[in-house]
Amino acid sequence: MEKEGCSCNRSFVPPEDLSPLEDIVERYRGERGALISVFHEIQQTYGYLDEGIMGELAKKLGYQLSHLYGLATFYTQFRLKPIGKHLIRICHGTACHVRNVREVTEEAKRFLNIVPGETTEDMYFTLETVNCLGTCAIAPVLVVDGVYHGHMTPSKMKKLLEKMVKEGGREASGQD
Amino acid sequence: MARIETPADLEQYRLQLREKFGKYQYAVSVCGGTGCRAYDCINVFETLREIIDKKDMSHTVNLRLTGCQGFCEMGPLMFIHKNGIFYVRISPEAVERIVESSILGDEVVEELLYKSPADGRRIVHQQEIPFYNKQRRFLLAMNRDIDPLNIDDYIAKGGYGSLAWALFESSSEEIIDIIERAGLRGRGGAGFPTGRKWRIARQAPSPDGIKYVICNADEGDPGAYMDRSLLEGNPHQVIEGMTIGAYAIGASEGYVYVRHEYPLAVHHLLEALDQAREKGLLGKNILGSGLDFDIKVSVGGGAFVCGEETGLIASIEGKRGMPRPRPPYPANYGLWGRPTNINNVETWQNVPLILQMGADEYAKIGTEKSKGTKIFSLVGKINNTGLVEVPMGITLREIVYEIGGGIPRGKAFKAVQTGGPSGGCIPAHLLDIPVDFERLQEVGSMMGSGGMIVMDENTCMVDIARYFMEFLTHESCGKCVPCRLGTKRMLEILTKICDGQGTNENLEALESLAADIKASSLCALGGTSPNPVLTTLRYFRDEYEEHIVNKRCPAGICQALITLRIDPDTCTGCGACLKICPVEAISGEKKQPHSIDPEVCIRCKLCISRCPKEAIYTE
Ligand SMILES: Cc1cc2nc3c(=O)[nH]c(=O)nc-3n(C[C@H](O)[C@H](O)[C@H](O)COP(=O)(O)O)c2cc1C
Ligand code: FES
Repeated sequence: MEKEGCSCNRSFVPPEDLSPLEDIVERYRGERGALISVFHEIQQTYGYLDEGIMGELAKKLGYQLSHLYGLATFYTQFRLKPIGKHLIRICHGTACHVRNVREVTEEAKRFLNIVPGETTEDMYFTLETVNCLGTCAIAPVLVVDGVYHGHMTPSKMKKLLEKMVKEGGREASGQD
Repeated sequence: MARIETPADLEQYRLQLREKFGKYQYAVSVCGGTGCRAYDCINVFETLREIIDKKDMSHTVNLRLTGCQGFCEMGPLMFIHKNGIFYVRISPEAVERIVESSILGDEVVEELLYKSPADGRRIVHQQEIPFYNKQRRFLLAMNRDIDPLNIDDYIAKGGYGSLAWALFESSSEEIIDIIERAGLRGRGGAGFPTGRKWRIARQAPSPDGIKYVICNADEGDPGAYMDRSLLEGNPHQVIEGMTIGAYAIGASEGYVYVRHEYPLAVHHLLEALDQAREKGLLGKNILGSGLDFDIKVSVGGGAFVCGEETGLIASIEGKRGMPRPRPPYPANYGLWGRPTNINNVETWQNVPLILQMGADEYAKIGTEKSKGTKIFSLVGKINNTGLVEVPMGITLREIVYEIGGGIPRGKAFKAVQTGGPSGGCIPAHLLDIPVDFERLQEVGSMMGSGGMIVMDENTCMVDIARYFMEFLTHESCGKCVPCRLGTKRMLEILTKICDGQGTNENLEALESLAADIKASSLCALGGTSPNPVLTTLRYFRDEYEEHIVNKRCPAGICQALITLRIDPDTCTGCGACLKICPVEAISGEKKQPHSIDPEVCIRCKLCISRCPKEAIYTE
């Protein structure tokens, strides 16, 4: 079981490399109901549920591919597209909502020029919203690469993004 | 000591631990809950450890990084056990001073004490702070006193004593009797009597003798985080409760279903399970009693409906987490078709407590039909945000005003929302109702898992109804038509009203849709989905009418119905708003009052958050 949500160690395996997949499948072989855990591990390893990987998994386990997709798309946690270098998850739970988190999200949308669920073209930022992060006391809250930021405002959002762009050398490295 | 083989071993081990802990001169707890972590409490803790090490005091000071201590508003928190001094909002730089004055000495560092907003008085002891002194922290108290990653702390505090007593001094039937007499009811929302549920599962036949117990740690209600904090702060009490339940019901396997947003809770739980197994408190032949029971952890995939028990079971089975009609109830036909007992995290944590206190003592807390305490997360527009544990029957007013310290910035209270998306908004004139399962339902809300979101005059109730409906539309699993399409229709209507296109017929349409969805949905997600709309319609109809008739949003939230203006008397012409406006709707000379062109303005309110003088307002 991996610590999902903590994306501190974010170097993903490229989906062409199937050896981690074999490991994962072996580890869960014979365990009932393990498919969701297998998805979690695949996502942890590859960053998302790649189509090729899903096909391989269906073959290995003897499932229809449609069954795997039916399952994966039921759960909001699983991504079918690769994510950017930095993952920003903004809480849209009730406590955050009444403290006007929408304005924070608006700022992020404007700055990044994407809507929640999307990744910037240079694969630098992915923006998501979540139901509740369970840290409602410090609402509005968001998590960036596993680190919680509380009492957010649009201007704090902007500063945070500017800092990430600057420190990460976004323009220079682009995809990395 | 490695494995604990008998209850006598356990007692002896406990005495050894107490002696060991007694040798420390000081014990210091730093809150390591997720809230405090966002305030960098880890840095505070590490600094403290370094100083203690440098002074060569690690043999005399017992340092603990604990679970959530509740007062999240004031984090990072530190509690010094020998003198009861309680510090709030500590920075790493302040730690040295604390060590010198309050750990080595008995002096207080005034400016790090909690300051009462009422009279500016500094308060030394936790128990004297209004946030704490009306609470009765039977469960949360442990969060302050133990390191969740060290089973010895829990054992020294009497942990696993209830389990030993259950296994050796009592029968399964007797345990169920005790839980029933204590009056424990499920903390996951519906308040079903726990003892009765256990008895049904105990009596249910299993084709191969296998039965399961499950801990529901999905905690899907947005705005609630008590289950997270209990699992993070005191995982062993959940394990102990589940093991006692397994013994009472005759189950051999357990599952904890945790939502994936709670990585720290999963980490602490897995660690605790390992430690319990190592000590012989979980696994084969527990404490030499012959009971075999083990627990697995299942991490959810982010679907609200998986908090519903049949959806949760489907999810553990590795399927789409869609609820199914009941009966058969899980107690008869649950996980993999076997009798299964599901309880919430907080329910499980109450079990060892009840055995320790005795049913009669426990039943003295609370009201006639709702016993014990309930933990609420007091959040939203409230001064003291945090986790509060209160006896059932306390009034909402006491929670909001005495514990919560009222509404920030002198704003007017408007409503408190309980019960998550299945619950409702309770208005000011009902603040004196006692909080228990029945009363909350009577006023159109419900207990839910314990989120309590306070709303003030700047919260728009139509927007809140729309918010919950959007949530539910998104989370509806789609299996039954009333919920799948009904929530969507309601959302469309609410969106129209918020956009200023509502009509009077809309309100009747909402009411009639609500009645149909309630009557015909497959599970309680659909069945309770109209509650946020119905309660806001019931208590705040005038706000709906303002939106529809006068095209106004009195709270200043609904973008289509507001105009942003700058008060020329307050504006100093600093230009901050002008710079941030994304559509160049603001104009004005430097040092002269600025103004907003309503035709250009997109009402994003960025300027409001930027104005240092609070000169920009909505109308
Ligand atoms: C849509 C829906 C969501 C639910 N979510 C939760 C949840 O997050 N946590 C929980 O303990 N119970 C939840 N429940 C209630 C469970 O179905 C079940 O009643 C509960 O876990 C039983 O435990 P208890 O008797 O200890 O309360 C939910 C119910 C519904 C209908
Ligand atoms: S509502 Fe945002 S963290 Fe709970």
